[in-house]
Amino acid sequence: MTDTIRWDKDADGIVVLTMDDPNQSANTMNRDYAASMAAAVDRLEAEKDGITGVVITSAKKTFFAGGDLKDMIEATPDQAQDGFDFITGIKAQLRRLETLGKPVVAAINGAALGGGLEIALACHHRIAADVKGSQIGLPEVTLGLLPGGGGVTRTVRLLGIQNALLNVLLQGQRHKPAKALEVGLVHELVGSVDELLPKAKEWIKANPQAAQPWDTDGYKIPGGSPSNPRFAANLPAFPANLRKQLKGANMPAPKAILSAAVEGAQVDIDTALVIESRYLIELLSGQVAKNMIKAFFFDLQHINSGGSRPDGYEKYTARKVGVLGAGMMGAGIAYVCARGGMEVVLKDVSQEAAEKGRNYSVKLFDKAVSRGRTTREKADETLARIHPTEKAEDLAGCDLVIEAVFESPELKHKVFAEIEDVVAPDALLGSNTSTLPITGLAEGVKRQEDFIGLHFFSPVDKMPLLEIIVGERTSDATLAKAFDVAQQIKKTPIVVNDSRGFFTSLVIGTFINEAIAMVAEGVHPASVEQAGSQAGYPAPPLQLMDELTLTLPQKIRKETKAGVIAAGGEWVVHASEPLVDRMVDEFGRKGRSSGAGFYEYGEDGKRTRLWPGLVEHFTKDGHEIPFEDMKERMLFAEALETVKCFDEGVLRSVPDANIGSIMGIGFPPWTGGVIQYINGYEGGVAGFVARARELAQRYGDHFQPPASLVAKAENGEKFE
Amino acid sequence: MPTEAFVYDAIRTPRGRGKKTGSLHGTKPISLVVGLIDELRKRNPTLDVDRVSDLLLGVVTPIGDQGSDIAKTAAIAAGLPDTVGGVQLNRFCASGLEAVNMAAQKVRAGWDEVVIGGGVESMSRVTMGSDGGAWAMDPATAYDTYFVPQGVGADLIATIEGFSREDVDTYALRSQQLAAKAWAGDYFRNSIVPVVDQNGLTILDRDEHMRPESTLEGLGKLPASFAAIGDMGGFDAVALQKYHYVEKIDHVHSAGNSSGIVDGAALVLVGSEQAGKDMGLTPRARIVATATSGADSTIMLTGPIPATEKLLATTGLTTDDIDLFELNEAFASVVLNYQRKLRIPDEKLNVNGGAIAMGHPLGATGAMLVGTMIDELERREARRALVTLCIGGGMGVATLIERV
Repeated sequence: MTDTIRWDKDADGIVVLTMDDPNQSANTMNRDYAASMAAAVDRLEAEKDGITGVVITSAKKTFFAGGDLKDMIEATPDQAQDGFDFITGIKAQLRRLETLGKPVVAAINGAALGGGLEIALACHHRIAADVKGSQIGLPEVTLGLLPGGGGVTRTVRLLGIQNALLNVLLQGQRHKPAKALEVGLVHELVGSVDELLPKAKEWIKANPQAAQPWDTDGYKIPGGSPSNPRFAANLPAFPANLRKQLKGANMPAPKAILSAAVEGAQVDIDTALVIESRYLIELLSGQVAKNMIKAFFFDLQHINSGGSRPDGYEKYTARKVGVLGAGMMGAGIAYVCARGGMEVVLKDVSQEAAEKGRNYSVKLFDKAVSRGRTTREKADETLARIHPTEKAEDLAGCDLVIEAVFESPELKHKVFAEIEDVVAPDALLGSNTSTLPITGLAEGVKRQEDFIGLHFFSPVDKMPLLEIIVGERTSDATLAKAFDVAQQIKKTPIVVNDSRGFFTSLVIGTFINEAIAMVAEGVHPASVEQAGSQAGYPAPPLQLMDELTLTLPQKIRKETKAGVIAAGGEWVVHASEPLVDRMVDEFGRKGRSSGAGFYEYGEDGKRTRLWPGLVEHFTKDGHEIPFEDMKERMLFAEALETVKCFDEGVLRSVPDANIGSIMGIGFPPWTGGVIQYINGYEGGVAGFVARARELAQRYGDHFQPPASLVAKAENGEKFE
Repeated sequence: MPTEAFVYDAIRTPRGRGKKTGSLHGTKPISLVVGLIDELRKRNPTLDVDRVSDLLLGVVTPIGDQGSDIAKTAAIAAGLPDTVGGVQLNRFCASGLEAVNMAAQKVRAGWDEVVIGGGVESMSRVTMGSDGGAWAMDPATAYDTYFVPQGVGADLIATIEGFSREDVDTYALRSQQLAAKAWAGDYFRNSIVPVVDQNGLTILDRDEHMRPESTLEGLGKLPASFAAIGDMGGFDAVALQKYHYVEKIDHVHSAGNSSGIVDGAALVLVGSEQAGKDMGLTPRARIVATATSGADSTIMLTGPIPATEKLLATTGLTTDDIDLFELNEAFASVVLNYQRKLRIPDEKLNVNGGAIAMGHPLGATGAMLVGTMIDELERREARRALVTLCIGGGMGVATLIERV
């Protein structure tokens, strides 16, 4: 065992326990920690009479990072007893610490997330250094887990059931130290790490009799527990509202957290801690936590650490960007680039249009200032970097160009031609297109190796993803630069190869088409929307189609179809096509922007209800298919299309597929992304293949699993 | 052949408004029950209480005043012999009918001779739902089982069946008018036992929840009762996740077309033919058969349909063979849906109004309806009546009685 906790006792009898795992850059709740903490607590109890108090702190940049996710993602149901015993042991130590009879203070020097905060919660007093980058919270829920090291039990007793759920547990907020103080997670702040120990020792001297509130006579849970009639009156709405928020998606963690919080509030703390452990083990044994840990920890880490970036190129920082086109996308791109520290030249055909694009940023900053998210000075400083113009010569010196004009190859060629010789000779040339093949667009410029696709998602300021498309002639150096630009503007980059629709646009289309096909078959449109929501999609498919407009995919389809036929191929008609055509051509319902689509819209543009004509024209009375089939038809359509993207070489890595699908096109987070969905499906890849075949038999050949996937299933391999 | 279970008497208190200003708010639930036991003995002087083996009482919120087996407590307080047992039972809104059914089953089994079944609920004194329970109060259970309050289920029935606000209000108006007519005609005189105090002073001698002056226009102005909890409480979303083909719930139920919250109690004296003969009591009706069934727990209020179908199958009868149907008026849509699905003619259904007009003292109502039906069968000289109630959890219980 490696000792991860240092013991220092000062002349006043105060013991400082410094957590410092020599094997890792951050302290985690691994077996070394468990043994070290056990030893520390044993010694504290043995030497209690000579001890005035205890301070717990860390020698790392962060306080403590939490559980060991490498272990957790491997947990299986048959290890339940082991896991339960381990977490029981961890909690028993902390319980002994808080009932030691001596004041214990957490000196939180840096981020205390998950297990870190749980250790601190077992201390009588928490002092946090208000330093940059420090975050305090219990984000377990974001990985499909619950804070099972006492986090649920102690926050409920500290803050009350409702506040603990809303401010800490159900969203897993990562609070800055000042916010953590406001929420009540810490007791006081100091301005620097150096002030922590003196302050902690001062508190120990002033509070020799410290005990936890919940170990004090007459303690009641703030805000009441279920035995309190006023609290009980609202309690039935808790699970109902949770279901409403989750839209019925397969998210077991929030439900487990709510259950552990409420059940724990009805019993003593020791029993509550056990209840919490049982729910944690249930989550750890399940598939959803594994999916979410894979995507949101390991895949994201792989991407952020440059897993898809070619090696050997120096880190690039863009200084001056020329954004071509100041429409909605261009305006958003200008905003994120300015925030990324670049000078931005925002060009459109007229000064007026360019100014309008800049105004988008003005509005966003006004909002941020009014909500206290930034200061007026900082906002003005950033805004001053955005220069609207109609003149190509203003792009002189730009080392980055991002084109965001209409989706027309001719127009894109034209705008690049205008600026190609104006910008820096080695400027990165990026095109924001959602579907047009990059290789073809690159033909409009002289330096085709410097040309790359930068597919932003709308609204640019909110959507976290950037899909980088590598054309046939795009160089590795260019890709590395593009990757660095993405990180400079705080977007998560995925890298794909060139083809029509790339990865994201192609795959999202299959989701919507499958939904429309179901409506065309005669399934009630309300059922289709519920199926989308309950599958876990952020927006139900018909609603989404209305936002995207029905004419857009119609146009793309017609172009693609023409392409396929021109190349001598055969076009396979998807069941959604006749319905879309009737909606547009016969009923004149083109989507939200035209005031009529799958939904009806009021005078104010608000969605009012599904258009009754859908039921009238398409729904077949008594046509019922299993609800599970409705959900899985959408999920499978996307997953199968993704496999084809790998087959065709469009996709380069599983992390890119998983993260791209979740962050770019709303594939349900509980799945861990579109490939993890296949790997994690019941029965693994083989289970997925079997189910795909069943769906193919029921709903059409487009569900037949590709040969590459069948081979994996037969060999018992995962998709990696 | 098992022995028949005869009903020798059926009595009830009037129903007091279930709030502080209600006439029975100052009267303890045990006093309501003891008053009825006294009356039962008074009206049936030859009843040999030593032959009574048990008192079964339905109570839906069995805590506080109504807790700790109020049935045995009432038996002791009323001075019944030590040998008379008492059991409190809870089948939510059908508790009172369940008590009568179980009394009949005990007698038909031949293991008991005379059993009193009934129920009591002082809703003004013990708040509905205040007994907690896992279904609504345990998040893990509520989440997984799609729990929603009954009113949202009633509105969901209306939405699915297309009952408009006017439809349900029209039904409510009918309930008020028929109840008023029944009271004016003194149809309930055999059953109603005024509640008196220890000095013999009358506290309440008629159902005080009724609003015979109701109009369709007035009813239409009442706010929807379940729209706010449906939205803010998240329950609409829960129901729609299960009933995925419904886009939105139309909240049509109000205080005017839902059952009233009231205080009251009822008792039904059930015994074997032989015991009745021995004591010189005349049977009024026979409990022919009972049925328990259920349907989806989220929509919750459609259980009377399968319960009725089961009862008809058990007895080999059709709806045409039944003279009167009494379905508790928990919510107007429940009755309209039942009527539509089973094709019950208007003139056979809830002929003297119901809980919308007179109120629904949860634990007692089922027993009250048995008495109401016996009275009406006698008045009409008709033969068969079917009593049923919708029940929490989606259950349905139905009982067939026959005048003898």
